[in-house]
Amino acid sequence: MTIVPQDEFSTDRRKGISRRGVLMGTGALVVSFSLARHALAQQATPAPAAPEPPKLPGSLDDARRLDAWIRIDANSDITVFTGKIELGQGIRTALIQVAAEELEVEPGDINLITADTGRTPDEGFTAGSQSMQNSGTAIRNAAAQVREILITEASRRLNVPRESLRAEGKAIVGQNGQTIGYGELVSDQLLAVEAQPQSLLKSPDSLRIIGQSLPRVDIPAKVTGGAAYVQDLRLEGMVHARVVRPPAQAAQLQDVDTTSVEQMPGVITVIRDGSFLAVVAEQEFQAVNAMRVLQQAARWSEDAVLPNQNELPAFLESTKGDIGTVAEDGAGDFSGQVFEATFTRPYQMHASIGPSCGVALMENGQLTVWSHTQGVYPDQEAIAEMLGMNVEQVRVIHMEGSGCYGHNGADDAAADAAMIAAAVPGRPIRLQWMREDEHGWEPYGPAMLIKVRAGVGQDGRITGWNYDLWSNVHSTRPGGAPSLLAARHRAQAFPVRPPNFNISQSGNGDRNAVPLYVFPRRVLWHFVSEMPLRVSALRALGAYANVFALESTMDELAIIAGADPVEFRLRHLEDERARAVVEKAAQEFGWSTDAPANGRGRGFGFARYKNLAAFLAVALEVEVERETGRVRVVRAVSAIDSGEAVNPDGIRNQTEGGIIQSISWTLYEQVTFDNTRVTSTDWSSYPILRFSSVPESVDVHIINRPGQPFLGTGEAAQGPVAAALANAVRNATGVRFYDLPLTRERVKQGIGI
Amino acid sequence: MAISLNVNGETHEVDVDPATPLLYVLRNDLQLNGAKFGCGLGQCGACTVVVDGEAVLSCVTPVSLMEGREITTVEGLGTIEEPGPLQAAFIEQQAAQCGYCIPGMMMTAHALLRKNAQPSDQEIRDALMTNLCRCGTHMRILAAIRRAGELMQQAGAPQTDRRAG
Ligand code: FES
Ligand code: FES
Repeated sequence: MTIVPQDEFSTDRRKGISRRGVLMGTGALVVSFSLARHALAQQATPAPAAPEPPKLPGSLDDARRLDAWIRIDANSDITVFTGKIELGQGIRTALIQVAAEELEVEPGDINLITADTGRTPDEGFTAGSQSMQNSGTAIRNAAAQVREILITEASRRLNVPRESLRAEGKAIVGQNGQTIGYGELVSDQLLAVEAQPQSLLKSPDSLRIIGQSLPRVDIPAKVTGGAAYVQDLRLEGMVHARVVRPPAQAAQLQDVDTTSVEQMPGVITVIRDGSFLAVVAEQEFQAVNAMRVLQQAARWSEDAVLPNQNELPAFLESTKGDIGTVAEDGAGDFSGQVFEATFTRPYQMHASIGPSCGVALMENGQLTVWSHTQGVYPDQEAIAEMLGMNVEQVRVIHMEGSGCYGHNGADDAAADAAMIAAAVPGRPIRLQWMREDEHGWEPYGPAMLIKVRAGVGQDGRITGWNYDLWSNVHSTRPGGAPSLLAARHRAQAFPVRPPNFNISQSGNGDRNAVPLYVFPRRVLWHFVSEMPLRVSALRALGAYANVFALESTMDELAIIAGADPVEFRLRHLEDERARAVVEKAAQEFGWSTDAPANGRGRGFGFARYKNLAAFLAVALEVEVERETGRVRVVRAVSAIDSGEAVNPDGIRNQTEGGIIQSISWTLYEQVTFDNTRVTSTDWSSYPILRFSSVPESVDVHIINRPGQPFLGTGEAAQGPVAAALANAVRNATGVRFYDLPLTRERVKQGIGI
Repeated sequence: MAISLNVNGETHEVDVDPATPLLYVLRNDLQLNGAKFGCGLGQCGACTVVVDGEAVLSCVTPVSLMEGREITTVEGLGTIEEPGPLQAAFIEQQAAQCGYCIPGMMMTAHALLRKNAQPSDQEIRDALMTNLCRCGTHMRILAAIRRAGELMQQAGAPQTDRRAG
């Protein structure tokens, strides 16, 4: 079986198919997304005159009509639609700011609807730090165009020149005080038009809301016990389900006696389909108890299919797959001093604090699923495929979960809920994963192996750079039904599809493998197609390990060249915005080459995320306890440029979070397994950063670029922090660490105590 | 079995299996969203509530032990219209990313601040030893708890719980 090339973050798979039907209500505009999408596509969208329609800003290019994004009803109530979702990054607030700014209304006037296959545009996944670039850009442009259309319409009705009118307080106001409300103006399908390629955006100096640290709209409910997450959804007649997952990656259910479980209090039914095993009970604790008994009753076959964890790099290197050239530019010169090294990264997990949860209801052949999925449309397709339903029969509505940092168990829990709902129609099913389900079955961030060979010339400049990386694909979505655990475990299983090797501009396993620095380079990706452990997108994809390797190497080359590491980076950086963050972080940190205090060290890291998104530089100070090998980050100072800053505090919050999470990945985290089972099943077998090890301070400085495109923020810190940490440990101890994570044992052994 | 529970100053009668963890009773029977299921193993603190002034992990606490105890959840600290000092401080400091761990953090902090209105940074960190945050909101959580202590002082709020002693 072959699959189409899948770029994790593109909505291309849906390009060219407009699936929206727009129905007009009376007196006001009512938008509905047709569920019979293919059928209505032709009638809803007039055939364009030219074969190639003009490129529209952001996701407007995919959902081209203004009323797909903004709806104003007769009471001037404004609803804005986004295909993106809130996942703790503050996107809801930032999108409201953008819409309110251009519509000249207050943030409180905007009702924002996030991803719902029944209502919102299809924007693929909320991933890749692209929500502001895609959705933010679309909404900003749509809002500006709506404002101008309203002004034009008011000008026509009042018979006054456009220039004499302004937008204010949900109305268009004239010089003599004439006022027509937005609701009155839109009454005749005014916005049922395709967007234009150009918009009249407000000038940077006239902005009132963009650039302000508007408090997040979702926080008050979250700190007062409001219903904020899918876990908090309580539907009439809802019952509780648990799955019993196989004990090992390749285990098959041989036999299970369900009679004793079925007689337990509250148990409604046990569902078995191949190796998919679940139980439904009236109350949650009854479901948990039944699950435990069912676990005991089930007999599984297990196969030793996992590689030896201690020989993971050798395993990666031994796989025979395609080799792709990521970049090649000029022959390197290795006649001067040469540095060679091998870096590794283990499997690491998203490890969300709240285990995944899905709620599903099958009623009259229609399935509704509430999920914290990052992509309601791809999830809808996958669930429909799994259940043999038409896409139109499945609606997926996003509700928040806990932070996911990529592709965690969300879609699988949604699929589990859907499988169970299909077996128990008429009753809303709440399916909650246990901690061991999340740790054991989420798709992990892939292990990687990186070999670098770099040369430095007499003049202290890098003369050659050969970089080879071994990695799985870092995203296995959208993958249709086979990407869902439940579909893999069913009797009529959807077998795992072979991964597709694809080198794209924004990168995948090779993300940020190409240095932004200026020197000759050759970068190859040795594609590992075997996936003994299930993998998918984890925050920053390959950029985490690639920047770790690249920026560790930069420090070693600086040492060879006898240069200060910051100056050495600047020596090879031409991009002004890149130089600006490096200089800013160094200055705010108080960078110096003076010998650090005993046991302390300083380290620096930089990257432009994907080489086309946010610029981030970070300096860290660490303390290394020689006796124990314990590394503690004392302080972190970073500078970030993510284009025009819509909500500076939101950028700071996410960047602080990225810094701290990357410290945790880099110091503690690796998925452990034996040859059959994953053994990282809880917080003691997969430790993460605790308060006792949190830095004394974390500072984030924003370089704002008014008028420049939004570049996204969420993943920029992951790689630079890992490198800065290893560089700081090197500075403190004189020892270079090549293998992630920098555990106490490794550090202790490395410094030879 | 019928059990009488005092939660946020109100008495509730629930009819549940006495072995049921308090967390499920709070979330399902009393429909309180504040305490979260994070691990069910006593490892993460997402389910923290305050019982008689002490931070307690409700996911590993059988409801049968709760008769006659005074239970406080994040809902008991104030409302969205009238947030209490801890809630106000977390909002002011924007101390949340996904926010899933936050009510547990707040309840641990609540127990701490009742005993010690001006904890040092180290004391706050020590108190939060069991509370995990995956989003990396730690710096803001620390700042919010310090700020809550200040707000309580300013309000002269009699936060000290007699029972906490
Ligand atoms: S849910 Fe109770 S400690 Fe994790
Ligand atoms: S804010 Fe998301 S886990 Fe703490």
